[in-house]
Amino acid sequence: MSTIAVNASSAIGSAAAADTGVPVRIAVRNLEFYYGDFRSLKSISLDFYDRQVTALIGPSGCGKSTLLRTFNRIYSLYPEQRAEGQILLDGQNVLSPSIDVNELRARVGMVFQKPTPFPMSIYDNIAFGIRLYEKPPKSELDGRVEEALRKAALWDEVKDKLRQSGMGLSGGQQQRLCIARTIAQHPEVILLDEPTSALDPISTGKIEELIEQLRSEFTIVIVTHNMQQAARISQFTAFMYLGELVEFGPTTKMFMNPSKKQTQDYITGRFG
Amino acid sequence: MAVVSDKVNVSNMQAVRRRTFPAFDQGFRWASYGSALIVLSVLAGIIGTMVYGGWPAFREFGFGFITSSAWNVGKDEYGAWVAVSGTVTSALIALVIGVPISIGIAIFLTQLCPPWLRRPVSTVIELLAAVPSIIYGMWGLFVFAPLFAKYVQVPLTSIVEGMPILGTILYARVPSGVGMMTAGIILAIMIIPFIASITRDILDQIPTVLRESAYGIGCTTWEVVRYVLLPQAGVSIIGAVMLGLGRALGETMAVTFVIGNANRLSLSLFDPSSTIASRIANEFNEASGMQMNALLALGCILFVVTFIVLALARLLISRVKTH
Repeated sequence: MSTIAVNASSAIGSAAAADTGVPVRIAVRNLEFYYGDFRSLKSISLDFYDRQVTALIGPSGCGKSTLLRTFNRIYSLYPEQRAEGQILLDGQNVLSPSIDVNELRARVGMVFQKPTPFPMSIYDNIAFGIRLYEKPPKSELDGRVEEALRKAALWDEVKDKLRQSGMGLSGGQQQRLCIARTIAQHPEVILLDEPTSALDPISTGKIEELIEQLRSEFTIVIVTHNMQQAARISQFTAFMYLGELVEFGPTTKMFMNPSKKQTQDYITGRFG
Repeated sequence: MAVVSDKVNVSNMQAVRRRTFPAFDQGFRWASYGSALIVLSVLAGIIGTMVYGGWPAFREFGFGFITSSAWNVGKDEYGAWVAVSGTVTSALIALVIGVPISIGIAIFLTQLCPPWLRRPVSTVIELLAAVPSIIYGMWGLFVFAPLFAKYVQVPLTSIVEGMPILGTILYARVPSGVGMMTAGIILAIMIIPFIASITRDILDQIPTVLRESAYGIGCTTWEVVRYVLLPQAGVSIIGAVMLGLGRALGETMAVTFVIGNANRLSLSLFDPSSTIASRIANEFNEASGMQMNALLALGCILFVVTFIVLALARLLISRVKTH
């Protein structure tokens, strides 16, 4: 039974890769993930395409957040969690022990379920991440901060209060600040872990618009519980269930004409 | 059937009807109020008798009681300055040594400690807080002080001798091991458990996702702690430090053992001195008349200072920011 599953999921990954002309940015190969003894990802193989939005969907506990958390190795903060297999970012295995995780995390930015402004000014929230890696002169730093805030569609709302604390912003603004903080580091990939689950519909709309714009520059992977959101903003969708990749394909196909009954059932709300 | 059981019930209820003694319940309420009031009245009583007892000394010496460094039982001249400055200095030394170690312990426990080690380390730290202060005093006097004299005071004195500033501050005229510095070190050991465990609780309250997002932009552990977690904990950590300060200011037994109990102002941290608490502990037995009033006045000063420090500490600790 398990061999069949393994074959099936690797077949899904390569089949999808074959029928698109878009270059692959992240290639996941036979990824296994363990929380202690519990195997929570089962031989995942999957490609993420350059400057496309890929949505990970599936019921709670299916492993979609776990998968996301392997790309920047944030899971390694917890000694009982480990990943096996390969995650090739531009051909380089990010799970390899020789990778500098701090550098990796600048290349693969992450935005979390809840807004997490740092306890510092709006300006410093952005500048802090830049200063970790570069020491640009003041004028250039100012430019980088403005650029990041503009790209995150936040500049007009905060340009007059850059010195105020980031904690004073509304939830939606804080989340855009976190996205700006990530963009400022010029990452290659942006991981979004249910970025709108704590936000109201208007803020959610703004974040979705923003993701649409960011796609021209960044490869984006988003975990979402909201099926409409996945349909609206992603080009590719992966459906996961119980730690396995059930189906992966272009979002339109996944939502209009999925090839697996399980996918069909989940998307139409029959379970999950 | 129903009718029968109804009848039975009615007669039963009348037979076993509880007697509630309304007067007893009223009495219980008052006893409960009273228990709480006792605390308040004891506190008020302590403040009242301290002020009443210390008043003659304040009246006799005026504001000069605080600024004068005289303490002459024969001439009946009393001033609090040596004891006050000794109290403050020893507490500050304790903070300078104890705070970085405490914060280091808290950071280790919350950020770096493997889960299996967390409990044993926490327990040991809490046990440290349970050691009676007389034990610290004895250990300080009989074990720590001789070692401190031999391996720190003697070598250090020969190094700094003749140097400006350091030659004064770290010069031991009589390297006996007891003195201000020893008291500060013992106090540091005594306040570490308090500051460390409160700081640990404060850091534990910060949401995991904030910590992850700091690591997520590529921060090292040091950067996460220094720029994100500690600022996030903010004034609460200052509260924890002040709680430690409050304990250090009032600590009596251990300090009395190791501070040397000299009524002398000295710029050297290795010289014997005294604190308010050690002065009172030493002299109270044989004090009478104005000396007794002066000691009570000293107690008043200590009481006011520690009261303010602890009240401020509680206020600050309660203000932890958790988003």
